[in-house]
Amino acid sequence: MGDCAALLEVERLNCGYGKLEIVHEATFVMGRGEFCCIIGANGCGKTTLLKTLLGLLAPQSGSVSIDGRPTAKMDEKELARYFAYIPQAHRPPFPFTVADVVLMGRTPYINRLAQVSDEDKAVAFESMELLGIEHLAERTYTQLSGGQQQLVLIARALTQEPLFLVMDEPTASLDFGNQQTVLSRMRSLSTRGTSVIMVTHDPDHALFCADRVLMMEEGRITGDDLTAAIITTENLQRIYGEDVVVLDVEAMPGRMERVCIPLLKDR
Amino acid sequence: MTKPFVTDNRPKRTHALDRIEKARGVFDSKVSLFAKIGIVTVLFVAFVASFMLGRYPIMPAELFQTIGAHFLDPASLEGSKEDTAIFNIRLPRVIVVMLVGAALAMAGASYQGMFKNPLVSPDLLGASAGASLGACLALLLDLPSLMIQIFAFTGGILAVAGAVWLNKMVRYDPILGLVLGGILVSTLFQSGTSIVKLLADASDKLPAITFWLMGSFAKVDNQDLYLCLIPLALGFAVLLSQTWKLNVLSFGEEEARSMGVNTRRTRFLVIVASTLLSSTSVAIAGIVGWIGLVIPHLARAIVGPNYRVLLPTTMFIGAAYLLAVDDIARLVSSVEIPIGILTSVLGVPFFVVIFRRNMSGWR
Repeated sequence: MGDCAALLEVERLNCGYGKLEIVHEATFVMGRGEFCCIIGANGCGKTTLLKTLLGLLAPQSGSVSIDGRPTAKMDEKELARYFAYIPQAHRPPFPFTVADVVLMGRTPYINRLAQVSDEDKAVAFESMELLGIEHLAERTYTQLSGGQQQLVLIARALTQEPLFLVMDEPTASLDFGNQQTVLSRMRSLSTRGTSVIMVTHDPDHALFCADRVLMMEEGRITGDDLTAAIITTENLQRIYGEDVVVLDVEAMPGRMERVCIPLLKDR
Repeated sequence: MTKPFVTDNRPKRTHALDRIEKARGVFDSKVSLFAKIGIVTVLFVAFVASFMLGRYPIMPAELFQTIGAHFLDPASLEGSKEDTAIFNIRLPRVIVVMLVGAALAMAGASYQGMFKNPLVSPDLLGASAGASLGACLALLLDLPSLMIQIFAFTGGILAVAGAVWLNKMVRYDPILGLVLGGILVSTLFQSGTSIVKLLADASDKLPAITFWLMGSFAKVDNQDLYLCLIPLALGFAVLLSQTWKLNVLSFGEEEARSMGVNTRRTRFLVIVASTLLSSTSVAIAGIVGWIGLVIPHLARAIVGPNYRVLLPTTMFIGAAYLLAVDDIARLVSSVEIPIGILTSVLGVPFFVVIFRRNMSGWR
């Protein structure tokens, strides 16, 4: 769990595209090292909220502040030292090496002449070590598997030395095993003190690694509590509008895990 | 110190020396020494050869003798044909050719990276057509050389902005959309050029404009060299300062911003600088096509996609390539062939070969 001091404070935040308001009055706080998932149906404003946190969209009203300083007043460079964005792996047009891609995470720290210091290289290398991908350093990024690409993007984000890792459906294109690899790596990063904010479509992912869940419905945050308190049969049935049961099962002797089971209606 | 305390709270990193060594090895450029020496050698050979070749051939011995005498004992060269050919005719021409080759290649590479599009170049984006219209107008109005450059730049920027705007309007496949936008804008500006030609005096201005449009370095002198030096140097400097950001931008707008790049400023700088390079080239030498498309692909196949290495490489290869082609233009027949015709004739097969090899450097 994160410590009690609020690092990120979002207060009465309204945001959206142009004049269209999508997220209404979002208010929450986050501490250091917290792993927070945002769940909700398609179109409920999860991604819009993330983009506003990242500074990609300007807030329409309300505020986002880190340590009491509003992010609206920060430039890209400063914001990038607080928030690192981990997108879904996709193909860039050029066959950069993995080392090149990870080193790009130093962008918020390098000077105008783009001189890369030994410190920059050491940080990038450490990020690769942390994710266990240093052996891929000289491979071509575009030729890696989806799971490996995702790990490279996480290493790049870590190289930004952010306080927050922000992810939007990072595991959407990964197979079952790779999803688990990526999520457990993220979990261990959060226990090292980096806070994680992750949008997910899969409540099981939230159960797997989140401390805490924000539930969103129609642009409003309607639940903000410990994971087990939010992921319940009643909540999931309401936000997704489908038959779902949430059960606590004994996955291994003495180890209870909560799972979500979708139910087929006509069986 | 206004630094927020959260950043100070981060654990200080202590890196053992051996780990820094290890990290260095991983991140350093992997371009082979062979490739580096090869590229520089080709440029050097083309450079020296360009002084010797031409209607008035100069043997290597004469060349070095004359150059030596020019600096050590200028008096001995009074009325020397070699001296005039080397220093007043060939030197400015060779330098301008190299600069234009480097400029067009670099502009092409930058456009391609910024638009994430392997098919764009100064020609395809409309920068060349726009600059031509501007320069033709200035020629029609009998304006001085400096105004030709300013008109060319204005035309070039308008054309590129038009292509980008059309691409946004159409919301079609982004790669094809930009190419289509460029073709539309080029067509429009070429029609403008045709109107200028129609208005031009058929006995002197029309042939001048027509010949100039075909692309040639035949009339380049010291004055042209001085005039193009500042805009080209400016363009080179700006683009070379943006190489890191060009790399990051190729991951897309949102990712680049989340990594701390002010994408709007970077795009503006890159577009203005690339267009400045293209239009200055057009103002000096007319339309010398295909360099901006072919050379970046060739350079990527040799040194890979990292702009920090790629941009300087495109300069060298672009300069060497255009020098070689200019030498051919001077030698092939007794009447000099406009270089724009040659670069197109050579560019097409060259590009087919690169394209067949899966666009090396893009995958």
